[in-house]
Amino acid sequence: MSTTLDTHTREAGRDSQGVSFERRNFLRNAGLAGAAIALAGCAGTTTELTAPAKSGDPQGAVIGPNGEITLDFSSDIDVLNYAYALEQLEAAFYVTVATNAAFGTIFAANEQRVLLDIRDHEVAHRDFFAAALGSAKIPNLTPVFTAINFADRTSVLQTAKTFEDLGVSAYNGAARFIKDAGYLGLAGKIVSVEARHASTIRDLLNNRSGDFAPNAFDAGNTPQVVLTAAKPFIVQSITVINA
Amino acid sequence: MSTQLRADGLLATIDPEIASRLVTRRDAIAKGAATSGLVMAGLRLGTVPAALAALSTSAFGQSRLPTTVIGVLNFALVLEYLEAEFYNRGVAATGLIPAADRTIFTTIQGHENTHVEYLKTTLGASARPKPTFDYSYGNGSGTGPFADVFTNYNTFKAVAQAFEDTGVRAYKGQAATLLPYKDVLQAALTIHSVEARHAAEIRRLRGNFGDNEPNQGWITRAITDIPGTEAVYAGEDNLIQGGVDVSTITPVAAKELTEAFDEPLTMAQVLAIVDPFIV
Repeated sequence: MSTTLDTHTREAGRDSQGVSFERRNFLRNAGLAGAAIALAGCAGTTTELTAPAKSGDPQGAVIGPNGEITLDFSSDIDVLNYAYALEQLEAAFYVTVATNAAFGTIFAANEQRVLLDIRDHEVAHRDFFAAALGSAKIPNLTPVFTAINFADRTSVLQTAKTFEDLGVSAYNGAARFIKDAGYLGLAGKIVSVEARHASTIRDLLNNRSGDFAPNAFDAGNTPQVVLTAAKPFIVQSITVINA
Repeated sequence: MSTQLRADGLLATIDPEIASRLVTRRDAIAKGAATSGLVMAGLRLGTVPAALAALSTSAFGQSRLPTTVIGVLNFALVLEYLEAEFYNRGVAATGLIPAADRTIFTTIQGHENTHVEYLKTTLGASARPKPTFDYSYGNGSGTGPFADVFTNYNTFKAVAQAFEDTGVRAYKGQAATLLPYKDVLQAALTIHSVEARHAAEIRRLRGNFGDNEPNQGWITRAITDIPGTEAVYAGEDNLIQGGVDVSTITPVAAKELTEAFDEPLTMAQVLAIVDPFIV
């Protein structure tokens, strides 16, 4: 599949100077200590985000000559980019699920409602991180969904289960690297929704069983474990350092 | 009792080989590098609470748990006591839970009791005792609005939903306070997401898995179909995330945007909600 994971359908709002206002507000209100916001002086450019003013902090993700992405977890910006990468993957998956010709026949009405809602939630998460990160965001990722049979209910739901559990474990494991309380709070608002998704998808696969919550404690996986699991589904190589 | 003693006592309950690894890899634990593997080891051995408690306490070495951490964990413990006894009594109540639904509730019951044990073990002598509960929501009168909670299945499910959704918001609200205490933060978050899994299952069960609003796994706006639980859902209709109205940055509709972000409650807000349950 050659579509990118990022399927924005709406331009971000801009003020009279062409500055992306929502990200400026986001940074101001998220309380990013030490964040420097350099407003570009000419119309048509976007607000530049620089990482927290801490010696040695990177200016966001490093992109290699072949598109390989290196995220430095010593910077909150790149922890957010990590979340953005996973949300891109999830959003692209559910968009593909919902646009497949078989969607209306392989899923019952309640299942369709569930999957469309989850699609919207994941798109919202993806767009939120894109707006928050602005020019510091990583590029649009290219999904690899060749192993998924989108015309098969079980294939779709099993993949959804994998992605949702992975998402929960990723947020749970990445929280310890976040330095800013505002960002930690935002991650917390999202991870419980991912857990609600995981529970629901698991129940669609095995109704009224105990599968919706297989353990008293969810996993908190390292980014290395999460990215190894996600690797088969993403063209671009993603590496995390300082985690 | 010092945290070191508690940690060592815990280690004695774990497989000797694992205990050895816990001790010898303490430096790695302090950096968080071994957390996942140790938790997985605990999962395999069924000793997750002990493994997590050892992780949490080892992070503080010989010193006692910081007062801030004790406060948060005791707050969580009250909520877990409340949930655990609720499910213990519900599962034990003859004729309350239909056979088809028992697995759902025994699963949750097991988790909440495990959370209690984890918190008690981590807190050691600092753990607060279990309060006496009035599940009718009557401040000890036994005649509150949920007086039939252990005889009427619909009431039982409704109170379960309120507990789980409150629990999610309660843990979420403490994340920032735990930010400096990485191991405790991670342990709390791994409970937080399990409470969210519980909440989704019970919400859907209440709608007989039809996934019609408002009986979906997620919270739409601040809607509740349970009279008296408005405070549990207050503020869930928030659209301002990180200072930005998210409806301006995505084509996703406002209804789904409110579902996409769960909202925290402060400790004071949660305690006000649960107060009538505590005698």
